[in-house]
Amino acid sequence: MSENFLIQLSVIVLFLPLLGFIVTLMLGKKIPKIFFFEVFVLFTGLVLSAILLFGKLTYFSDSRIVSEFKWIDMGNVPVFGSINIYLGMLIDDISALMIVVVYIISFLVHFFSIDYMKGDIRYNRYFAYLGLFTFSMSGIVLTHNILMMYIFWELVGISSYLLIGFWYEKKSASDAGKKAFIVNRIGDLGMLAGLLLLFITYNTFSFEQIFGEIAKGNLPFNSEFWLTVTGVLIFCGAIGKSAQFPLHVWLPDAMEGPTPVSALIHAATMVAAGVYLVVRVFGILTADAMLVIAIIGMLSAFIPATIALTQNDIKRVLAYSTVSQLGYMIMALGVGAYKFAFFHLVTHAFFKACLFLGSGSVIHAMHHEQDIRNMGGLRKKMPITYATFLFSSIAISGIPLTSGFLSKDGILSGAYAFGSLTGHWLFPFIGFLVAMMTAFYMFRLVILTFHGEPRNKDKYDHAHESKFSMAMPLVVLSVLSLFFWYTPNPLSPDAGWFYSKWIKDPVIYTPESARWDFMKTDEAALTHSSAEHPVMYSETYTEALHHSHGPAVILSLLVAISGILLAFTMYQWKKISADKIAEKFKPLYNFSYNKWYFDELYDKTFVAGTLALSSLVAWFDRVIIDGIVDGSATVTKAVSTFTGKFDNVVVDGLVNFMAYLSAFIGLIFRRFQTGKVQTYIIMGIFSIVILLFLFKSF
Amino acid sequence: MEVTLTHFLILSTLLFSLGIYGIVTRKNAIMVLMGLELILNASNINFIAFSRFGNFGLQGQLFALFVIVLAAAEAAIALAIVLNVYKTFVNVNVDEIDELRD
Amino acid sequence: MNIYDIIFYLFAAVTLLSAFFVVTTRNIVRAAFFLLFTFFGVAGIYVLLGADFVAIVQLIVYVGGILILLIFGVMITNKITQVDIKTGTIHTLPAAIGVGLFTGVIGAVILNTEWFEIKTDIPVSTLSTLGRMLINEYVLVFELLGILLLVALIGAASMARK
Repeated sequence: MSENFLIQLSVIVLFLPLLGFIVTLMLGKKIPKIFFFEVFVLFTGLVLSAILLFGKLTYFSDSRIVSEFKWIDMGNVPVFGSINIYLGMLIDDISALMIVVVYIISFLVHFFSIDYMKGDIRYNRYFAYLGLFTFSMSGIVLTHNILMMYIFWELVGISSYLLIGFWYEKKSASDAGKKAFIVNRIGDLGMLAGLLLLFITYNTFSFEQIFGEIAKGNLPFNSEFWLTVTGVLIFCGAIGKSAQFPLHVWLPDAMEGPTPVSALIHAATMVAAGVYLVVRVFGILTADAMLVIAIIGMLSAFIPATIALTQNDIKRVLAYSTVSQLGYMIMALGVGAYKFAFFHLVTHAFFKACLFLGSGSVIHAMHHEQDIRNMGGLRKKMPITYATFLFSSIAISGIPLTSGFLSKDGILSGAYAFGSLTGHWLFPFIGFLVAMMTAFYMFRLVILTFHGEPRNKDKYDHAHESKFSMAMPLVVLSVLSLFFWYTPNPLSPDAGWFYSKWIKDPVIYTPESARWDFMKTDEAALTHSSAEHPVMYSETYTEALHHSHGPAVILSLLVAISGILLAFTMYQWKKISADKIAEKFKPLYNFSYNKWYFDELYDKTFVAGTLALSSLVAWFDRVIIDGIVDGSATVTKAVSTFTGKFDNVVVDGLVNFMAYLSAFIGLIFRRFQTGKVQTYIIMGIFSIVILLFLFKSF
Repeated sequence: MEVTLTHFLILSTLLFSLGIYGIVTRKNAIMVLMGLELILNASNINFIAFSRFGNFGLQGQLFALFVIVLAAAEAAIALAIVLNVYKTFVNVNVDEIDELRD
Repeated sequence: MNIYDIIFYLFAAVTLLSAFFVVTTRNIVRAAFFLLFTFFGVAGIYVLLGADFVAIVQLIVYVGGILILLIFGVMITNKITQVDIKTGTIHTLPAAIGVGLFTGVIGAVILNTEWFEIKTDIPVSTLSTLGRMLINEYVLVFELLGILLLVALIGAASMARK
């Protein structure tokens, strides 16, 4: 297996879904069964990406494979010097792992959709859009430069817009699509500014070259402050895509799209792209930028978790839970727990996709009923859905034997270690609080949906277990959430192949002076360092992480179990009345139920502000600009009256004269056009005679 | 005056001119064909004269033979066309057949 | 003037005079008969130029084939019972002027050119040489002509049948 083979494989993996998209879109109306082609393409891509991962981990576990070609050669531009833009592929541990995750989820979602979307009028188009989305996501994962990532970033935006607004006949769906698109745009603007800052400084978009320059000490405008600014600006892209505070408002609305789409886009892949971006640029983040990221992550973990406590729509609870979990990952990156963040990204992708697909199964069975107050007791009707949903809830709550426990516990111990080293104790505190809330609202969801007595007898009677094609993905995803895929020890990921072999420690390129103290390489750490495995974190951090592991495990177990118990007391055994608590803390309840009034706030400030600004501009336009335009129109009219006269008399006279002249000439020459061959021959003979005279040599 | 190449060429030129004159002036399509045959004969005389007075071996004669074969084929096809024209227009006067003009 | 020259002028006169009648007579059948003499004259010229085989082919194909074909054409396209099968003429004057000028110019060109002549002996018979050429260097042309004749035969037949 050679490097070239892996690169070719990655190119095929990247373009397969595009092929599926084009074929399915073109032939969708002619061949009703064409969606099988799309599903087949995805399966092929899954197999190939698995080969890619295998090849990378087996033969090139220590190297990054890069292949690039020159895309645009702008030649010598003044001020900048020569500008060349390269495109290329990068295969390292995280991209190889991520592409497999993307393909597993995407394939299962395709498979799930076959039955879920059956009977839709735009059935084939739906699959085509899924293909486009998978293509864009693969592009983000596999690219080696930030420009191409930005291009695919926008492609993901457009395909998610198409998928969220798939049922565009519904006003709320098309609105949600627009909202997602516009809110994302705000974040993307920051990202664009960030990558342009990088480009004007380093004259390249390639990650490798940018990192290399920063490692040499070249900073934007020669200041660490601007490096921080660049990092935060790029992180803005992640805020938009990963639905982080304060741009998280689009994700819950995006639940208007078909449920498998929510599983694909809003649980596992698109929103993970933001985290993936931060993972990619982790090496150039300064301490200040990391603090910003950690605060944003903490807020995004906390606020949606409080909102999820009171929501009644099954998909909205999951949506807020997704934002909260993504906030966890971002916070983990902010506190330096790089490996755990990526680990959680992978594990969360599986169990959250399982939860979304499970909710899709429930919604399908209940004939598009999404309100959990109308459910209940579905355990007996839908055993497979119940089992997988319950297991995934256990995983997301962080109970041992699940993958969720491993990664979540890792993040919490990372935050704990961060707190003990820097004194920022708020991060671990919020982390544990959110863990408790997560356990609570997930089990609230499970109990209200599946346990107890059916509250809507009519719908309950018609509910049924889903078919194989919908149940199979649920089972596969929940099995993938078991611990043994990642590590042999169910209590710690340290010994596992995933944590200690597949993901490498990050290489930090930021100047020492701009890092956290614990990320400065000290003497003790250097003894473990080698060329293949450079250790960038200090020994104190490794020790602090080691020490925090014990308390973190105990605490996280404690909060998870207490959260679950609370949910059971309130909703299963009804020892505490949920309504009474809601009554008691009415303002708090309303605050949470109305999503902290974010939508209203944005409506009042940004939307209203924009409207006011635009009416001001409209007034300016009407009165001043229109005045100028009208004035110039009057002048123009006078001038044109004069030129009109000139036109009629002089120009038209000339034109008419030319017309008469050519008509006269035509009158003469039409006589030669008799239609008789013999006349032509005579003319030919005369012509030959004339030519002979002209070129005579006698 | 001894007969040289020039004599044959002048003979061929005169025959060619007569052929052209026939083609141009005759109304009847068959007469036009006869003029055509005269032209072909004129060209054949040229071929053979150059073959005799030039240093080309017998290639000229061979080409004259080819021309005769082509003339036979052309006559057959042309007569078939004339027949079709006659069926369509009831006469074969080429000056009246100017449908393409409009 | 030797006997060769006299024979040449004789044949040339026959050819040109009969050709002149071909293009000037109004009676089509007469024109066809004068064409016969033209072909004979040309065949004589061929013999004078040492092309015995071509002369014979000229007689067989032109006189025996093409001319008969033309006369058939005349008979099919005219009412045979009509006594004078005549044809009209058009723009004779411009044609005469044009052709006259043309002849004059070409003739002037020919007369004023210094022709490079090689007078070889007349071969006894050209037949075997021509035959060898036909199946050696010119075999492809030979085959193509065969195909052409076949196509012309089928084409003419199918066109005339419609």
